[in-house]
Amino acid sequence: MAHLTIGKIIARSALSKYATRLYPFVKRAPYANTRGHIVNDINACIFCSLCQKKCPTGAITVKKPEKIWEIDRMKCIQCGACVDACPKKCLSMDQQYSAPSPAKNIESFRQEAAPEQKQP
Amino acid sequence: MGTRTIIPFGPQHPVLPEPIHLDLVLEDEKVVDALPSIGFIHRGLERLAEVKDYNELVYVAERICGICSFIHGQGYSQGVETLLNVDVPPRAKYLRTIWAELSRIHSHLLWLGLFADSFGFESLFMHCWRVREKIVDIIEETAGGRVIFGSCKVGGVRRDVSNDTLRRIKDELKAIEAQYNELTPTFINDSSVKRRTVGVGMLSKEQAMSLGAVGPTLRGSGVVWDARKIGYAVYNDLQWEPVVEKGGDCYARSTVRVREVTLSFDLVRQAIDKIPDGPVDVKITGNPTGEFFSRLEQPRGEVVYYLKGNGTKNLERFRIRTPTFANIAPLVIMLKGCELPDVPVIVLSIDPCISCTER
Repeated sequence: MAHLTIGKIIARSALSKYATRLYPFVKRAPYANTRGHIVNDINACIFCSLCQKKCPTGAITVKKPEKIWEIDRMKCIQCGACVDACPKKCLSMDQQYSAPSPAKNIESFRQEAAPEQKQP
Repeated sequence: MGTRTIIPFGPQHPVLPEPIHLDLVLEDEKVVDALPSIGFIHRGLERLAEVKDYNELVYVAERICGICSFIHGQGYSQGVETLLNVDVPPRAKYLRTIWAELSRIHSHLLWLGLFADSFGFESLFMHCWRVREKIVDIIEETAGGRVIFGSCKVGGVRRDVSNDTLRRIKDELKAIEAQYNELTPTFINDSSVKRRTVGVGMLSKEQAMSLGAVGPTLRGSGVVWDARKIGYAVYNDLQWEPVVEKGGDCYARSTVRVREVTLSFDLVRQAIDKIPDGPVDVKITGNPTGEFFSRLEQPRGEVVYYLKGNGTKNLERFRIRTPTFANIAPLVIMLKGCELPDVPVIVLSIDPCISCTER
């Protein structure tokens, strides 16, 4: 039976640098695939409600008459089903995680002007 | 007979990762009976299947558990694919196998850390998680999430991983395995670890079979049974044998997991060597009809998915028998006759995942 088999690792750890990063001073760059949070380019949105239908948790609400697109960040599970479904590709997945929040707030986006129409 | 005392253990306890409650009946320091109760985190996910489209439910299925997430998504997808008579492209099957084994490595490393923590070996706990972090980074790079993959879908996988990335991952895994191999002698040979685990929480082969134990709990009692041998995904194309230990105690169960991590490293390497080129998904049309039992090997044991479709967009019934639920009955037997300080070690030795159990 062996004794103190972890001794070598502990000695090396004690003499080497930290295994962890000194967050928040040193941050790891996000990977290209990282699913952080959903971003909507609201000016390109046509309020078709497909994202609302495809969302497995019901985090997205689309109000077509008022031209409002809402997302509940606490309900969203960052699966990306809405990004796959979006016909105008105005929805995208950002690599940064959404900021922590003390309350369940719904982020609301309103389209101010109609999308630019191509002149005939 | 001494005076009997009932000590409540959990749902909040320093060694418990998730809430399970046990009423321990003690005579002096000896446990004579244990009454488990669950029901603290029931979320009703199975009911969601009846109101959500079957294509979207895979994301919900994955979130049944944070640690064995990928295999939940895989089990659900395989079930629906069978109901729809869809054949998944080989590259998707290989990617599923690679991700499932990566998820097994990170789950076992997490558990080995928690197990070390249960007998007070804090530095071993930290070192296991240090190695695990590198696996989690690979998962995030390929799938997009640290523990929630979001990569499995009905009909294949959602994102491909390039062959260059896979080759690089193979090299990275070699370095990670070398770091892991430095930790294994502590679990297997160290006198202080053995004093806490050998002969503790005995479960005989017959008891394990009759009580329906699954996974490392079953294999730790000497029963050769691994659901991966059924041959789902591409496990039949790879060279491997289930890991079995005969001891039936906490030491045997931890040794099974220690050796399974090495097996998973090997399976990932084999899958990366053999992965064919081609598409990663097929188009899905129609709605599922009929019923099917999908069985897979999770890090914690065999999971059984029951799916029943009635030709509509929603499943009629969705039921999961999770490995921890099957392992609670053997746990009660293991606890009988043990000393109170051994209770955390024995409870952790079945790798309890209560989120799965209650869904």
